Amino acid sequence: MLLLQVIVGGLLLGAIYALFSSGLTLIWGMMNFINFAHGEFVMLGMYVSLLVVTWLGGGPAAFGFAAAFALFVLGVGIYLSLIRYVLRGPMLAQILSTFGLALLLRYTAFWIFSANYVSLPQTSLSGTIDVGGILMPIPQLVAGIIAIALTIGLHLMLTRTTVGSQLLAVAEDRSAAMLMGIRPDRMQALAWGLSAGAAGIAGALMAIAYPWSPSVGETFGLTAFVVVALGGFGSVPGAMLAGLIIGLIQAVSAYWLGPIYKDIVVYALFVALLWLRPQGLMGKA
Amino acid sequence: MKRSWLLLASIAAALVLSAAAPVNAAGTVKIGIIWPLTGNAAAAGQASKAAAEVAADIVNNAHPELGDIPLAKSAGLPNMGGAKLELTFVDHQGNPSLAQQLATRLITQDKVNVVMGAYQSSCSFTATAVAERYGVPFMVGESAAGNITGRGFKWVFRGTPIASDYARTYMRFFTDMKKQGKKINSIAIVNENTDYGTSVAAAIVEEAKKSNIAVAIQIPYSASSTDVSPQVLQLKEKNPDVVIFISYTADSILYMKTMRNLNYLPPMVVGDDSGFSDPSFVPAVHDIAQGAMNRSAWVIGKPGSVISKINEMYKAKTGRDLDDTSARNMQSFFALADALNRAGSTDPEKIRVALTKTDLKPNQLMMGYQGVKFDKTGQNILAATYLIQLHGQKYELVWPDKAATAKLQWPMTGWKK
Repeated sequence: MLLLQVIVGGLLLGAIYALFSSGLTLIWGMMNFINFAHGEFVMLGMYVSLLVVTWLGGGPAAFGFAAAFALFVLGVGIYLSLIRYVLRGPMLAQILSTFGLALLLRYTAFWIFSANYVSLPQTSLSGTIDVGGILMPIPQLVAGIIAIALTIGLHLMLTRTTVGSQLLAVAEDRSAAMLMGIRPDRMQALAWGLSAGAAGIAGALMAIAYPWSPSVGETFGLTAFVVVALGGFGSVPGAMLAGLIIGLIQAVSAYWLGPIYKDIVVYALFVALLWLRPQGLMGKA
Repeated sequence: MKRSWLLLASIAAALVLSAAAPVNAAGTVKIGIIWPLTGNAAAAGQASKAAAEVAADIVNNAHPELGDIPLAKSAGLPNMGGAKLELTFVDHQGNPSLAQQLATRLITQDKVNVVMGAYQSSCSFTATAVAERYGVPFMVGESAAGNITGRGFKWVFRGTPIASDYARTYMRFFTDMKKQGKKINSIAIVNENTDYGTSVAAAIVEEAKKSNIAVAIQIPYSASSTDVSPQVLQLKEKNPDVVIFISYTADSILYMKTMRNLNYLPPMVVGDDSGFSDPSFVPAVHDIAQGAMNRSAWVIGKPGSVISKINEMYKAKTGRDLDDTSARNMQSFFALADALNRAGSTDPEKIRVALTKTDLKPNQLMMGYQGVKFDKTGQNILAATYLIQLHGQKYELVWPDKAATAKLQWPMTGWKK
């Protein structure tokens, strides 16, 4: 029974990993571009939630939406003001630009919010439900379900809508897409907005249960990279599967072997899988 | 254009020259301080930095209202012609190898006279080794791992109580509680897995054995965990009478929240300072961790007392009360300043000898120690601690009885009214 409880907890956390990692994989799939500032987007989503709760007294729906919207705008802004230009530069410039962006965002957060840990006050989302002896904390349950729904939604949007086709067309062949009347810049700005927005809302969902400080983005950034590599670069369903798997492995190995071993288990399996399947679980070879 | 370059060059040259000038321009003693000013433990580092700055203000300026606190009455160090303390802060981000590099930099480039630091035991461990190699006195403000002193080092001193002192205090407390009829058959130890948590946990295991208290389970974990529910479920399964947390900030808050979510409330939770004393802890979890205990050698005195005046100075600067961590650092800072004054010189050997002769009495202290006096290993043998308990939004001193300001609640009530 306890093991089942552990598994549920791991999957709920994994769902949030999946959500913010899908944003990272989207950018990779769209433009072969690695965004090192992705963990920082999650961190900013957490602070936006805090501001909405403390200043406006907003509930989970309000701060979730606010975080998604604020980060969407930020993502578009960053694309238009920075990424668009460095894309023309050499690979190294691309890598270093988002690395610099990550540091800029992190230390700006230190400056504005100080290094102290903060956490959201108990919101209307609290308490637990008991499903046949398994305790499900409502905040995590809601967060996990929303995260899965949004990740699936993102996948459906990419594969089933016109906008999604246009995004993929730009990813496939930029000049051909232009000939078809698609504006690549607009599409890529949209992709950055969606990517950052997904990270922002994932941050809001994490903030419900997890205390944080401006350096939290490091942890999330690393997790996102592992999830994306495991799932296959550019694959949203892959990121979702990998997020859930990593959440699950972390929880179960922490319970069975002890928490200090959980990352060893995760990374050992990760390396083993890459050895067998370098393209990741659902990536194209 | 050319002229401005010349100007810049000459300014640069002047800077270089002034840096190379004799180490101590008359009237200053340089103290290099290594703390985690960013990273996981940044809050504690920043609070301690503010405390050190207040302490330097007390030493450097005349504060006759502060009674017997060393060097408060005079401005500067009287035995050095009123020399002022000059603090250089560097940030090791909680990284032991960075702490080592920074200690080297402080000593070889900044030419500091003494070094102080480094909060995380793992960082103090590496940084003190550098000071020992260069023969520069190092004051460990508050790191608790036993192995920092006791390596045969000559240049390392530590003002704070250490892991074994704390472990003994806990056992004395448990034995006392058992006498009063509380049931304490087994305890659980949850510790973060770097030097700090590991050494305190080991000390507690050892002392528990001596006191015949069973350790039901020991759970080491990494302080940067994003999910601790597996650990909480293990605790729930073992059902110990007391759970001792040796945790840093984010993790201790996360444990309290997770315990609430999984509806697990042990009869008593004891936090080993650190996370439980962090300024973020009480605001984050006071409504779900009522009755949680913690150790502290720092108690804000009655209004008007010397200790509360020091707290007021700190509060004016930061908007917060002093906490145990930064107060222990401040106390170590005063002990260091006192030795610097008695040394009467910046000669490292003279400072070292003065430190070995330190003998501060309780009335000269801001902490609940019995004094400051270093043994051969550099450890303060008169250090001690109180136990405090979270009542409402503040900690009250509840043990030992003779010092208590409030009545101990047992069991804790957590989130239940």
